[in-house]
This record gives sequence, C-alpha cells and structure tokens, in this order.
Amino acid sequence: MMEVYVKTIARLMGAVAVAAMMSGGAIQAASAADAAPAVVYDLGGKFDKSFNESAYMGAEKYKKDTGTEYRDFEIQNDSQREQGLRNFARRGMSPIIGIGFSYEQAIEKVAKEFPDTHFAIVDSVVDLPNVRSILFKEHEGSYLVGVLAAMASKTGKVGFVGGMDIPLIRKFACGYVQGVKSVSPDIDVIQNMTGTTGAAWNDPVKGSELAKAQFDKGVDVVYHAAGGTGIGVLQAAADAGKLGIGVDSNQNSLHPGNMLTSMVKSVDVAVYKAFDDSAKGNWSAGIQSLGLKEGGVDWAYDDDNKELITDDMKAAVEKAKQDIISGKVEVHDYMSDNSCPM
Amino acid sequence: MLDFLSAIFAIIFNLSTLDAAVRLSTPLLLAALAGLFSERSGIFDIGLEGKMLAAAFAAGAAAGVTGSAWLGLAAGVVISIALALVHGFASITARGNQIVSGVAINFFAAGLTVLLGQAWFHQGGRTPQLGPGARFGEVDLPGADVLKDVPVIGDIYNHLVSGHNILVYAAFLAVPFSWWVLYRTRFGLRLRAVGENPAAVDTAGISVAWLRYRAVICTGILCGLAGTYLSIAQSAGFNRDMTAGRGFIALAALIFAKWKPVPAMFACLLFGMLDAVAIRLQGQAIPGVGVVPVQFFQALPYILTVILLAGFIGKAIPPKAGGVAYVKERT
Repeated sequence: MMEVYVKTIARLMGAVAVAAMMSGGAIQAASAADAAPAVVYDLGGKFDKSFNESAYMGAEKYKKDTGTEYRDFEIQNDSQREQGLRNFARRGMSPIIGIGFSYEQAIEKVAKEFPDTHFAIVDSVVDLPNVRSILFKEHEGSYLVGVLAAMASKTGKVGFVGGMDIPLIRKFACGYVQGVKSVSPDIDVIQNMTGTTGAAWNDPVKGSELAKAQFDKGVDVVYHAAGGTGIGVLQAAADAGKLGIGVDSNQNSLHPGNMLTSMVKSVDVAVYKAFDDSAKGNWSAGIQSLGLKEGGVDWAYDDDNKELITDDMKAAVEKAKQDIISGKVEVHDYMSDNSCPM
Repeated sequence: MLDFLSAIFAIIFNLSTLDAAVRLSTPLLLAALAGLFSERSGIFDIGLEGKMLAAAFAAGAAAGVTGSAWLGLAAGVVISIALALVHGFASITARGNQIVSGVAINFFAAGLTVLLGQAWFHQGGRTPQLGPGARFGEVDLPGADVLKDVPVIGDIYNHLVSGHNILVYAAFLAVPFSWWVLYRTRFGLRLRAVGENPAAVDTAGISVAWLRYRAVICTGILCGLAGTYLSIAQSAGFNRDMTAGRGFIALAALIFAKWKPVPAMFACLLFGMLDAVAIRLQGQAIPGVGVVPVQFFQALPYILTVILLAGFIGKAIPPKAGGVAYVKERT
C-alpha cells in the first residue's frame, strides 16, 4: 500500500496540471465574429493587474472605439500556446497577438502555417514576413523609477523583486539599478528573483516573503517586475508601511499612499495600434521598439501618488527623461549583451 | 569551512529568518495535522491540496464579499469539511479507492475555484483584494511592549513569538492539542486503533465508520484553517493555484514525521525554514562554496522525504489499515 501511495503522489503533479487545463478551456465562451482580431494572454492571466491586463485594456478600448468584437484566450499551461494561436488562425482571425516572450516559438511555428494571417508578439522577436515584433525599452522606464526610488528612500537601500529569472527581467533590474546609482552611487540595491519556472509569475505568497526579507535588510522602497507575484510584493510593502513601485499597468491605485509610482509599459497602445493597423491596411511587420521617445514606457503620476512625489523628485525624473530622449544619458540594455555593468 | 559555517549560521539564527520560517511553516503544519487525523484512522488523504485550495478560495471570496475575516474563516472551514465528507463517503461508505477519491478532489478544487472565481469576480479566478478588516492582522501578545527592552528574551518574544496573526497561534496550539486528543483521550485511542486494526475495534462494539467519519471531519477543519491562512492571513485574496503544492509538502512532512504530531511540527518547521533560508540566500555567495542555487533548498524537503522512505534515516511505517476500506465480517 505504501508503495502505491508514494507513487501516486508523484503522479498527482501531472494530474493537477491536466485538471487546470480542462478548467481553463471551459471558461472560454464562443463568440461568432470571425476575421476579428484576437489576443492570447500569457500564464499570468487576463486580470493580473499588470502586463496582461494592460493588453486587455487596449483590446477593450479598441472594441469600444470601433465596435469590433475580438476574441481572447487565457492559457493554463505552456502546451496551450500553439493550440490557442492555431485555433484562432484557423478561424481566419487576424491579427493575432501573443502577449509575452513565451509565445516566441509558438508564433514562429503557427505564423509559418498561416502566411496570410497577421501575427504580433509582445516582448520578443520573431523574424517572419507576417509577424510584428513589439519590444519595449523597459530599461528606460525602469531607470526613471530607479531615480524616484533612490530619492524617496530614507535608509539608502532599495529593493527589486523579479518574476522568472530571464534576461527580460534582468533588463528591468539593470535599468533600475542604473537609475538608482545615477542619484547616488552609495545606495544599495537588493535584488531577488521569484523562481525559474512559469509559476514564478503567479505566487503572491512568495512575493510577499521576498519583500519582507528585503525590508528586514533595511529596504524601504521596492520595485517589482513579477506579474501576479508582484501583488504580494506590493501588499507586503503596504502592510509594512514601505513604498512599492508597480509595473506594466499603472498600479498606483492598488495601495494609495504606499505606491511611489509605476513603471508603465504601454502594451495597451501597442495592442490597439496593431488591431487598428491591420483593420485599416497599414499593417507592417518587423521590429517596433518603443521607448520613452515613442511613448512606449513612462512613469505614472496621478492623484494616488502625487503626495509622495516632491517637486524635486518630479524635476529630477523629468530631467532624466529628457536626457534619455535626447540621448545625453544612455541606459544600458541588458539584453544587448546579457550583462549589467552596474 | 569556518567562514562557510558562520555565514550559514548568521542566516539561520537571525530573528527575521526564524520569523519567516514560522510564517511559512504554518500552512504546512495545519495541513500536516489534518492529514494526521485522517491517515491515523486509516483513510489516506491525498486531497489535502485540493481541500486547502477550495478553503482558500471560499475564505477569500466570503471575506471579499462580507468584509469579515471571521466569516471568511467559517466559509473556508465549511467548504473544507464538505469536501472531506465527500472523501469520507467515497472511502468509508462506498469503499472506493482512497487515492482516486483524493485525486478527484484535487482536480475538482483546481478547476472549480478558477471557474467560480471567474464567474463571480471577473478577475481571472482571483478574488477581490481585501482591506485590513477582511484579513487576519498581526496580533501583539500581552507584555510584548513591557519586555521589549529586556535583552535577548525581549527580542525573541517581541519579534518571534508576538506579532503573528491568530491562525499562526492556532496552528502551533493545535500541535499539543492534537497530541492530547490522539494519545490521552478515548476517542484518540480508538482512532489510532481503527487505523491499525479496524476489525478489533469493531469487535469491541464501536462503529468503525462513525469513528472514521469523525476523523475526516477533523481533517476538514484543519485543512480549512490552512487554506484560510493562505488567502486571508498571509496574503490579501485568493489567487489561482495559490496552494502551489503545499498540500503535498505537508504530506511529505507527515511521512517524514512518521505520522506523529510533535515530530510533524518539527518537520514543518524544517521545511518552512528551508524555504525562508532559500529566500534569504538568493544571489548571496557563501564563502567557500559560492552561490548556491535556490532550487537546491526548494528540492530539499522532497529529497529528505525520499531518503527517509529509502530507509536511510529511519523507517516510516504508515498505519497498518491505511488505504483499505473496512468490510464487516458477516459469517
């Protein structure tokens, strides 16, 4: 009996994954509109209050503005990426946007099978004539919030919590460190990554523990680039009376008074534009790199955080922004050489 | 070597690490004790994970809607007991395969929580973010202020003992309580007997089924507490698949502890400690070794359990009648 019991524990892990897959498929309601645009979200889910939600907002705005219905799909595991894309392509939908770098291989494969369909991928590059690759210069936006974090910190220590340990997230971290050090080279940046698998985007308990560990080391401002895990990071910051910095969407409203700012990545604008371009016949494939100059990234300033941002801070961050746009300050892109000089 | 040891000790014997270990081991401890009651009565329960997940969801949803942490707790416990009774019905009354039933509960919880969460709250299976009143906040124990200035003891009392939420205290108080119930009450004696030799218990004129049902209800209550802790005490809302395998780690802890309550507490503390150390060691070089991959610490609970099962550090013998449905002799 014991042997069976132990074997079963091992088997269960697989079984749970299958269960999750089945449950996810059931949620999607069918809508009839064909030749409509489509979005496929990453593992964090449509409402991660962050990256995917931003894409969702763009699609919703397009729907509101033009009355065009769109289809979307939330995957429950990696094997569904290709299925989701192929399913939409087979129904004749176009453009189909894959949110997240993890779609790289799936889009590369499916886009070859449907050469007349428009595809777009956010955060990665797929070099095919019918694929638009949308990249953001996250390092530039992260630099700006790094400047703010350094100026807001009283302890001289700031933190960073990343999701999955990949070059893209290192890129956020590297830009952030550079921004912090531009204010004062003496300020320490403590960095943590949540994990090395997709689950690292969806573990708020771990996120809050990582943040608490950083607070114990004296950190008083923490920046996350961790999707759903980041909700735990920001919650821990709010509970401890520290400051959190949001990412991707404007997350300032999550904990007004404890949110210094957010590094906004305009995935919504990119999604909207891709839908619009395809509908109006302005579609272009190739790489689109959106930085501060193009309005692809920015820092968030609104009613929720204006009390935390002093005039000095505002002036400094606006100056940094102008310097980056004019090319006076160059922020190192981690992904250009897979290393961070800081 | 000395550098290495002192670096490790500095991380482990640090109040904040110990504090985090307590927080991280609490859900494991509650789930392990839950498993203890069920398995000691002869009902293997692989569905701890599912019950925790369902309870976490119910607690998050109820607390989100009503704004009361206590109603959240009640909802979590009720759902967990309901699932425990389903498992009980399948394995005691219907005499089905206990492993299959447990797996079914895990499937059921993983799917249903996301489905209902999406239907009710439209946040991708997440429940609404909870305000302070809808969560179990940190409790300062009496005397924490007074003792604050006493060296060592004051620090330990103030940081490590005081300042946790109420479910943490409930979990650690449940350890001696479980021990007392199992080893010092008539119910406990019979519960252990029914897990070893149900026929003997039956011969004594005690209902095997009713005893086992009571055991799975205990399991339901404790699993409910574990799930509630995850969603409305440790974090502020339910998240899809938020148990993240903790139900299975708890099972590993239970086996590691050879189905005994006090060793189960130490096993859970050890596993919680490994987690806390992994978080603090990340990216930090240890003198003489370099940077240890955090995955090493994350895998340690499982490695230790496998080593134990292989017989290297003792022998884990499960309750004899575990996993076998009891059929009354009729001749």
